[in-house]
Amino acid sequence: MAGTEAPRMEAVRLSRFEQLPWRRIILVILGIVVIGVVGIGATKTLTLGKAEGGYSGGAWRDFIVQGTAQGAIFAMIALGYSLVYGILRMINFAHGEVFMAGAFGSFFFADAYEKSGFLDRDPIVALLIVTAVAIGVSVGTAVLLERLAYRPLRNAPRLVPLITAIGASLFLQNTFRGFFGPQPYGFPKPNVLAGNVTVVGVPVQRIQLLVLVVAVICMAVLQWFVSTTTTGRSMRAVAQDREIASLMGINVDRVIVTTFAIGGVLAGIAGVLYSLSFEQVQFTMGFKPGIAAFTAAVLGGIGSIGGAALGGFVIGLLQAVGPPLILTGFGIPSVFSLKDAFVFLVLVLVLVFRPGGLLGTGEAEKV
Amino acid sequence: MEHRRWFKALALVAVLTVVAGACASDNGGDNTGGNGGVDCATVEFGCVEVGADEAINLGAAQVISGADSTLGQDQVNGIELALDHLDGKFDQKDGTLLDHPVKLTTEDELCSAEGGQTAGTALAADASIVAVVGTSCSSAALGVADKLLGDKGILLISGSNTSPALTDPALHNPFYARTAHNDRIQGAIVAEFSLGSDVGPKAKTAATIADESPYTQGLVAAFEANFEAGGGTITGSEQVDSEDTDFKPVLRSLAEQKPDVLYFPIFVAACTLVIKQAAEIMPDTTLIVSDGCLSSDTLKNAGKAADGVWASSPDLSAFQKNEFYSGEFIPAYQAAFGSDPLSVFHAHAYDAANVVFEAIKKVAIDNGDGSLSIPRQALRDAVFATSGYPGVTGTITCLPTGDCATDVTIGLFLGPGWPVEGGKGDTTAKYTDVKSLDDVL
Repeated sequence: MAGTEAPRMEAVRLSRFEQLPWRRIILVILGIVVIGVVGIGATKTLTLGKAEGGYSGGAWRDFIVQGTAQGAIFAMIALGYSLVYGILRMINFAHGEVFMAGAFGSFFFADAYEKSGFLDRDPIVALLIVTAVAIGVSVGTAVLLERLAYRPLRNAPRLVPLITAIGASLFLQNTFRGFFGPQPYGFPKPNVLAGNVTVVGVPVQRIQLLVLVVAVICMAVLQWFVSTTTTGRSMRAVAQDREIASLMGINVDRVIVTTFAIGGVLAGIAGVLYSLSFEQVQFTMGFKPGIAAFTAAVLGGIGSIGGAALGGFVIGLLQAVGPPLILTGFGIPSVFSLKDAFVFLVLVLVLVFRPGGLLGTGEAEKV
Repeated sequence: MEHRRWFKALALVAVLTVVAGACASDNGGDNTGGNGGVDCATVEFGCVEVGADEAINLGAAQVISGADSTLGQDQVNGIELALDHLDGKFDQKDGTLLDHPVKLTTEDELCSAEGGQTAGTALAADASIVAVVGTSCSSAALGVADKLLGDKGILLISGSNTSPALTDPALHNPFYARTAHNDRIQGAIVAEFSLGSDVGPKAKTAATIADESPYTQGLVAAFEANFEAGGGTITGSEQVDSEDTDFKPVLRSLAEQKPDVLYFPIFVAACTLVIKQAAEIMPDTTLIVSDGCLSSDTLKNAGKAADGVWASSPDLSAFQKNEFYSGEFIPAYQAAFGSDPLSVFHAHAYDAANVVFEAIKKVAIDNGDGSLSIPRQALRDAVFATSGYPGVTGTITCLPTGDCATDVTIGLFLGPGWPVEGGKGDTTAKYTDVKSLDDVL
């Protein structure tokens, strides 16, 4: 007995240094540094006088409104990434193009309605039709993608559909460029959406208000759909375990197509909201929002509905508020040119502290 | 397995094609010969050998696909008209140069550094290329095509690069020249217009937005330097990404200092968005753009928001007074290509090609058997020695840094009266100024 005891003690003594929770210590130090930098930057910015490049309260209020409106659109696209990932464990990189397809499809109707005067005479009906077209095109694109590009590879290694998705994304972009040319098209906005309204004392552009309201409604409906309907329950079942779900009598193919279709509906609505906000459509328009939304989905915890929604708003706000708040204080010129670098830095930091994302926890939550 | 064998065969064919292509383009060059004071065997960069019945091969690196293709195609058309006019008349039949026909080898530079790399590499690998007219976009030339071609001693002469960096003494490649204006002049004229002109905004403060391209950064830097030298204050400079769409936070932050002028010489898609978003966020600020945004797409997509937006550009009406341009060149362009000029740099490219032809006439060595040897270094020196050449765009005199457009006329046009398809009302320049590089910072 004694003979075995001695080396064990030795081992413990040797590894005591190693056994210190280094990972945690580094994380704590990193956390303190980050909080310190953010705190110092923000304090410096907020104490800057207006002549030194400081911002008024009105500017902060506008940054928050602009960031929230942009974030709402990111959130809607992010939901499409997250839903598909939850079910197939696959990043559908062509989802940005599903969004672009919807926006482009609706453009032709919106443009015709604008020219005929219908858009301003009856904006609600016109916009509903335009949105229906966008949804139709986006859902069609998403379902075709699933059927033609992803389903044949369902059982291939995970990297294969990922590369296919990138290929599909380039294919769709160039298809639209081939058909409609590389130039941007001006998307008409009905006059009722021009100008500002005041919401609890804050002036908000009407279009921004519309974006927010529609986005929140969509997310609420999606949450209700997934948590209470039979289809929603089967989606969650497939997300948990595809094989067992199939043994329980769930038609897995149908559930997967439904998931892509729901992502398409959200992308189509987001496409119309985005086009109404920026009044321009172009074949490349899906790329940047797609990347932002994908980042949002990862930030929030990919596979989680609440996470995608939260991630979208966080990214939108970070882009609008982050650079001026934190970077201005350090005297960095052209703070907004670092907008994307800033967002990805935050993503890295969040993943260091919470590898599953903000709301990504157990497998069971993933849908 | 069947698949794999098929793939191998395909790969082999691909490799052989590449090798064969590389070998083929090595022929025709590096043969020594020549006399007349230049020994092609020893002279640096050697000579281009043109056989007795061969054409002189002129390269072109222009953007001929994508969103900016009109910029490049317009210049390719200009070069083709120069070939047509080699015999002294526009008759849609190419003339000859020293009894040799001239052929044009065009590569697409995609208006990007990556495209400049591809086009530059392809043209530099072809030893029969005498000189290259291009690129369309500064980003394709700066440190990419100018270096690739310059390393081989091939002259690159552009009709539309305007970035000051290209002819900055610290960055200038000795084999790079241009007939387009230097944006130091355009930036200075826009700054003077903003500060003091009678029709302008008489601004005291200005903010600027650039994107990632050397063109916009050069213009903004020139504008800021001259605006401050003229007594104005720059209240903010931002840089955006040309693929972005949401410029509201950027504009809102610039609006804090209430600048009198916002100058954003960025490209069509982003520029249109800024025009629209600025109209709501900073309605009291005068908006000024430059030729990268001066397009019919901008006018169409910005709609009413483009009213009152100033755009600066080389003033083509100055060439209209040139009888050759309006009486012969434009009718020949219309006859050959079936449309009005697609963009504003066709005449610059035409001049660039002619400057090269004149230099070839001076330095080419006749070997007596009908073949020619064109020493590269001497050709470059002859182009840089161009002085007082009467071009369509004005008198061309090349400086040691490669700028050949000496006196440049820049006009400012008030939206919607821009001089492009879709421009409404009076489309003449409300303000014009002529400056040479010596006049500006």
